Amino acid sequence: MNKQTIIEINNLHKYYQVGDETVKALRGVDLSISKGEFVAVMGTSGSGKSTLLNILGCLDLPTKGDYFLDGENVKTLNRNQLAEIRNKKLGFVFQSYNLLPRTSALENVELPLLYNPLVSNSERREKAEQALIAVGLKDRMKHLSNQMSGGQQQRVAIARSIVNNPVVIFADEATGNLDTRTSFEIMALFQELNDKGMTICFVTHEPDIAKFTKRNVVFRDGFIIKDELIENRNNANHALAQLKEETYSFDN
Amino acid sequence: MRLINLFKIAIAAIRRNKMRSFLTMLGIVIGVAAVIAMLAIGQGSNQSIRETISSMGTNLINVMPASQNRGGVQKGRSSSQTLDVADVTYLKNNSTLISAISPELDGSGQIVYGSNNWPTSIYSGNEEYSFIKKYEVESGRTYTTKEIKNAAKVCLVGQTVIENIFTDDVDPIGKTIRFNNIPFKIIGTLKEKGDNTFGQDQDDMILAPYTTVMKRLFRQTHLRAIVISAKSEEQITETSAEITKLLRMSHKLKDSEDDDFEIRTQEELISNFGSISEMMLVLLGSIAAISLVVGGIGIMNIMYVSVTERTREIGLRMSIGGKGRDILRQFLLEATLLSVLGGIIGVVFGIVTSNVVANLLAWPILITTDSIVLSFLFCTFIGVFFGWYPAKKASALNPIEALRHE
Ligand SMILES: Nc1ncnc2c1ncn2[C@@H]1O[C@H](COP(=O)(O)OP(=O)(O)O)[C@@H](O)[C@H]1O
Ligand SMILES: [Mg+2]
Repeated sequence: MNKQTIIEINNLHKYYQVGDETVKALRGVDLSISKGEFVAVMGTSGSGKSTLLNILGCLDLPTKGDYFLDGENVKTLNRNQLAEIRNKKLGFVFQSYNLLPRTSALENVELPLLYNPLVSNSERREKAEQALIAVGLKDRMKHLSNQMSGGQQQRVAIARSIVNNPVVIFADEATGNLDTRTSFEIMALFQELNDKGMTICFVTHEPDIAKFTKRNVVFRDGFIIKDELIENRNNANHALAQLKEETYSFDN
Repeated sequence: MRLINLFKIAIAAIRRNKMRSFLTMLGIVIGVAAVIAMLAIGQGSNQSIRETISSMGTNLINVMPASQNRGGVQKGRSSSQTLDVADVTYLKNNSTLISAISPELDGSGQIVYGSNNWPTSIYSGNEEYSFIKKYEVESGRTYTTKEIKNAAKVCLVGQTVIENIFTDDVDPIGKTIRFNNIPFKIIGTLKEKGDNTFGQDQDDMILAPYTTVMKRLFRQTHLRAIVISAKSEEQITETSAEITKLLRMSHKLKDSEDDDFEIRTQEELISNFGSISEMMLVLLGSIAAISLVVGGIGIMNIMYVSVTERTREIGLRMSIGGKGRDILRQFLLEATLLSVLGGIIGVVFGIVTSNVVANLLAWPILITTDSIVLSFLFCTFIGVFFGWYPAKKASALNPIEALRHE
């Protein structure tokens, strides 16, 4: 099968200057991700996962090395071009949701499209509604973000990340603030999106969560130490059902 | 980014932070309103003083005896007797610049009519006096040249006097009143002039021929003053120079001697009182400036804090594709909307406050376009600038740094 490569990085380095000291967060990373993949980036805290994700997400630039996103060399782009790439090709899900407070779910999801001059008002409304339906929040579109549960807020954030039909979604510890059940629900949602063809790159330090993806890339001290495909990935819906059973038997 | 979307984003942000928006606007409202009200009061009193002074006479020049200072004893103006009717005649015959001239005598006394009595002042001059001092006849007539010549016991009465000694149904014309026991027949009434800026009632007076006052009332030959109208406002200075020259000649003063008279022009009065009221204007202006600065610092603070507070929001907007300039425009538009709205409310509020002051305290006010434009522009500029400046810095941030901001 000839898969289309979406992300290609070669010998990527990222150094931070902290006072006199240089922190080498990434020290020569090679990675390529194809369309339709569901990758978990794993590793202990401080191993460089977020650093990598920020560079992949065009939020930060590498110190050294090349990054091709959807065939484009990111190094050659200026700030505005990077913003445009983020707006049209990428989706982000953060650990702390980062929704606008006192703003409806719908308006939060519409936000990326407001920055795209090619999208009309009616188109924007329709796309945002569809994204919210896709994440199972059909009935909560008008609810204010700060009046929703953590799981619901993260669903709104996921809807926001897919509203521009991106080539890839990046998620950094997207389940980090959620309990197990809600985490599984969110993973089920990601699996569903992935089944529909969405490419997802997912940072987590929890092996339990990584099991729901199709490929695990493990970091240590700024290097990839392991990169393996998961043959039989866990189905999050099954895990949820199992979790409910356990709770049920525990309750009895 | 589309302009309409920019407005959507900015308005949504303003509505999302109602308290902050309110406080920002409040700073501007107070700044603008304070400046407008202060300047209205300052300029109002300034103008009212000017009006009072110009209501005193037509291009008025006052010639008074100089206060005498002989042997170190200050004898005061009233005791000097250097001006008399001959001076008036001399000036009238020799001056080329004078438009009207009259002797002036005044004094106070008690009016009695039937069982009513009232303390008031008497003013007197010749047939040109009313023109020079801007007195107008309301009903009846003014005294004639013949009456002046005969020192006729006739007078015109002011409105305050009428109110206090006559009942409503009585026509004062033709009645005889007594002023310091001298009977005067009322031949006319004077138009109301109102209070002047110094609170003096300009209608509490009667007007009579100077000859009557001189011969029958005070029995004196010297004048309290000579009042003169110049032909135009521009010629006041020139005319008073001519008067000085003529009077020195007729009084046969040597070059080494000082003038035995003193000339006060309307212009000098305006500039004397004008400088007092200008001082007040400067004082009020400084208070206004201080409130502007304080308001400005308030606006600056809120804008600055708000942008710092909203750095995460800025980070988010950039991470989903907002460009630096989109962020900057959003904050600029927010600040502009708030400042302009605050400025408009401030203008309305300032005008209302000024009028309340005018009504409650009976102070004269004058609201000028200048003060409105000045305060409005200054405050909106501060609002917009301090909305723009921190946003400029924030929009230059790396989205990741902005997102991490605590
Ligand atoms: N902005 C920064 N400035 C300085 N050092 C940083 C910065 N961001 C990350 N680091 C350092 O880089 C290393 C990798 O961090 P990170 O990518 O956040 O790890 P992870 O997400 O795997 O926990 C850590 O040692 C961290 O301290
Ligand atoms: Mg991290």
